[in-house]
Amino acid sequence: MNFPILSAIIFIPLIGALFIFITRGSQKNVEKNSKYVAIFSSLTNFLLSVFLWFSFDMTTSNFQFVEKKIWMEGFINFQLGIDGISILFILLTTFIAPICIFSGIQSIKFKLKEFLIAILVMETLMLGVFCSLDLVIFYLFFEGGLIPMFLIIGIWGGPKRVYSAFKFFLFTLLGSVLMLIAIISIYWITGTTDVIKLLDSKIIQEYQYLLWLAFFSSFAVKLPMWPVHTWLPDAHVEAPTAGSVILAAILLKMAGYGFIRFSLGLFPVASDYFAPLIFTLSIVAIIYTSLVALMQDDMKKLIAYSSVAHMGFVTIGIFSLTKQGLEGSIIQMISHGLISAALFLCVGVVYDRYHSRMISSYGGLVNIMPKYALVFMIFTLAALGLPGTSGFVGEFLVLVGIFQINVLVAILASLGVILAAAYMLWLYRRVIFGKLASAEIKEMKDLNTTEIYVFASLAFLILFFGVYPEPLFETVNISVNNLITNYQDNLNFHLALKNN
Amino acid sequence: MQTIIYILPELFLSLAIMSLLMVGVFVKKGSKIVNLFSILSLILLIALILNQSDTTIKIFNGSYIIDNLSIFMKVLTLIFCFFVLLASRDYVKNTNIDKMEYPIIILTSTLGMFLMISSYDLIIFYLGLELQSLSLYILAAFNREDAKSNEAGLKYFVLSALASGLLLYGSSLIYGFTGSTNFEVIAANLKEAQVGAVFGIVFIIVGLAFKVSLVPFHMWTPDVYEGAPTSVTSFFALIPKIAAITVFIRFMYVPFVNLIDQWQIIILFLSIASMILGAVAAIGQTNIKRLMAYSTIGHMGYALAGLAVGTNQGIQSTIIYLTIYLAMNLGAFSCIFMMKRENVFYENINDLSGLSKNHPMLAFSFLIILFSLAGIPPLAGFFAKFYIFMSVIEAEMYALAIIGLITTVISAFYYLRIIKIIYFDKSKKPFDTSYDWGLKSSLILSSILVLIYFIYPSILTNAVSAIIIY
Repeated sequence: MNFPILSAIIFIPLIGALFIFITRGSQKNVEKNSKYVAIFSSLTNFLLSVFLWFSFDMTTSNFQFVEKKIWMEGFINFQLGIDGISILFILLTTFIAPICIFSGIQSIKFKLKEFLIAILVMETLMLGVFCSLDLVIFYLFFEGGLIPMFLIIGIWGGPKRVYSAFKFFLFTLLGSVLMLIAIISIYWITGTTDVIKLLDSKIIQEYQYLLWLAFFSSFAVKLPMWPVHTWLPDAHVEAPTAGSVILAAILLKMAGYGFIRFSLGLFPVASDYFAPLIFTLSIVAIIYTSLVALMQDDMKKLIAYSSVAHMGFVTIGIFSLTKQGLEGSIIQMISHGLISAALFLCVGVVYDRYHSRMISSYGGLVNIMPKYALVFMIFTLAALGLPGTSGFVGEFLVLVGIFQINVLVAILASLGVILAAAYMLWLYRRVIFGKLASAEIKEMKDLNTTEIYVFASLAFLILFFGVYPEPLFETVNISVNNLITNYQDNLNFHLALKNN
Repeated sequence: MQTIIYILPELFLSLAIMSLLMVGVFVKKGSKIVNLFSILSLILLIALILNQSDTTIKIFNGSYIIDNLSIFMKVLTLIFCFFVLLASRDYVKNTNIDKMEYPIIILTSTLGMFLMISSYDLIIFYLGLELQSLSLYILAAFNREDAKSNEAGLKYFVLSALASGLLLYGSSLIYGFTGSTNFEVIAANLKEAQVGAVFGIVFIIVGLAFKVSLVPFHMWTPDVYEGAPTSVTSFFALIPKIAAITVFIRFMYVPFVNLIDQWQIIILFLSIASMILGAVAAIGQTNIKRLMAYSTIGHMGYALAGLAVGTNQGIQSTIIYLTIYLAMNLGAFSCIFMMKRENVFYENINDLSGLSKNHPMLAFSFLIILFSLAGIPPLAGFFAKFYIFMSVIEAEMYALAIIGLITTVISAFYYLRIIKIIYFDKSKKPFDTSYDWGLKSSLILSSILVLIYFIYPSILTNAVSAIIIY
């Protein structure tokens, strides 16, 4: 197939953004047209990516739909391609983006046009991260996301938005510049930044440790891992709902994807060596941030901390290097993408109506917003990993995976499941049940039609993948197998080299 | 007589300067004509220079060189001179510096820069340097009624004269130890490190570092940038850097090439110190011109890092950095020229507050340029840094790379601060929108270039790949 479908998927949102950028006319017309363009381009993109999924060949672990263009003559090509792992993230991104746009249209009160441009540009950059098969291109997309996100938090955010935007930007930038050094070093060590070639080449062992650490510094900040997670609660709390959704659902997953693709693929020896470090940090993250989440009185902050804890499961799964662990962490990322998006949207719903994120401002919502209480319950249960929701599948597999490697880590990690149940259920009880916190809440209206559709689609996917996760497994299966085989080969190769 | 043809551009420029001076003196209200014709002559000059053959030619006993480097740099000088004149036209008209001498002095300094760029001999180099510097002193003090401008001119003159003196002393030392002023002869006679010659090199580097405003010889930069009229500041920030960096390249890689072990550490120090100071000192600034001064210092530090590497790729990355730097700063200064309410120009950063509300397009261009100055991908500024770090890491100077990238993060802070003021703060009274097409077009051009550079970054690499010095 010659049609450059990946480029199309990446750049359709950008073209949409360009259209919005050049629309002129009266304020009302511009806003109306921007809305249509944004919805249209993001939905087209979603359909295109579904089509991509159907035409994706699940029987091979090779990269598919590979596109290659000369970019920096002589040393870097613009190379795109996907395998079973990246396609799921593409689907997640193209699915979440329209949801963000719907949410933005509902709740953004000023500069809607610019907001839609920022979201669409963001979508392009995130898709680029998951499609790129060249380290420099990857870095370009990975870092480029800082600009729109900075603006989204800073312009449309809450009262402390400036502080949060700066913290987000500088933290992530500091993490990433080390990755840039590592990427350039890789170029000088191996002579290429082409990921396909690099995955086959074996980087000399003594370089691997430092390079791994440089990549780790970037991904750990972005994921985020304890102790560099502190930007996340701030950014989440201050960002507008749509910004929080993008942040939680996709931005964090870029780091997880990076761990799988680059840390495991390029530096197997170092990954093996540093796995205990990852386990330790993840365990601390799971237990510590869950405890912190228990004590929050701000709904968004609570969910933000729970995100850190959930991402702890992801890293444990990735570095357990078992088939179950890896597949579990991929599914955990996808399901967390859906669940956290849904939870932030839930907070957004009440925030739009009552302008408070404090748990204590609410209570007894079940009496006035029964539909809302129902969807919030579904997502709460999914977040704590109730069987039958996608949250359960991921966490369960991760625990199965890590149990084979290290029982202690498995036991400690499973504490996180209990704590998750504690803080999520407690949150639900305080917000939905009990007495009405104040008379003013009575004025709040239940979900409107757009919100019902958005929540229904999210709930459908969460329940569907909870009951029948087979499509996900089928997609990632061969790629994960191949990843593990390569990893073991590579490890054995270096072991043999050492023994000689 | 054959050789005359090779210096046709320089001859044409001198003739243009002299005849424009005549026109300016004898024609009443000649400043309009002078201005128009000086801009036209810049365009003509570009054509003349591009017409030169791309083989290396040395004339006048090997004291004057025309090669790929000099052609590239001269074209760069002319293009940006042209745009600076266009962009600053509006400012010049609205302040009382719209005199007929103004464009002529700029042309004179351009002539001096041409001599510097093409010099292959200490004496020619010094002549060019002085011609350029003397014009710049006058420019800095051009706003005669303004005390600050006078102070800037005087300060620049005193310190720059000192630097010139050091340079001259260094040159005489080099001459004494090698017996020649010709670069190639010096290189042939300067095979090993003699104390006297090393002293000479240090003096010359100090003199050059002053002209490029590298730490610790940067003290004049913020004051002069702030005091001089903004149109002159924009000229200072862009054009003299081209000639100075060219001369830096030429000196390090032609006469002193064999003593690379001796000067490399000095260049490294200058580079690192400039990067750090440029990043840290700009944080507290409230005047945007002062801030740009520190930002310039930092950027020159990065440019020099490529020079410290000691490879052709390093030199090329420096040239690429310089080119992108020029494009970005042209845009930044165009934005500063637009900070005008009722014909009064504002310089405080807080005057930009809420720009995005009143002038969304201007704010957006400024946003692009500031993110690019901070080096965030996928904007052009990132590629500039990328090439520099490519060559730095190739030479395995990891410490330099790490310091450089960490200072990038620090300097990102103050660029972000401006963006915060533009986008996140409450709006003030709107600026005037009555700027002329020259200012508008240079802003649009530079921001578009910065924005779409990532589509095909090979353009610049191909252009500079022919420049081989070392």
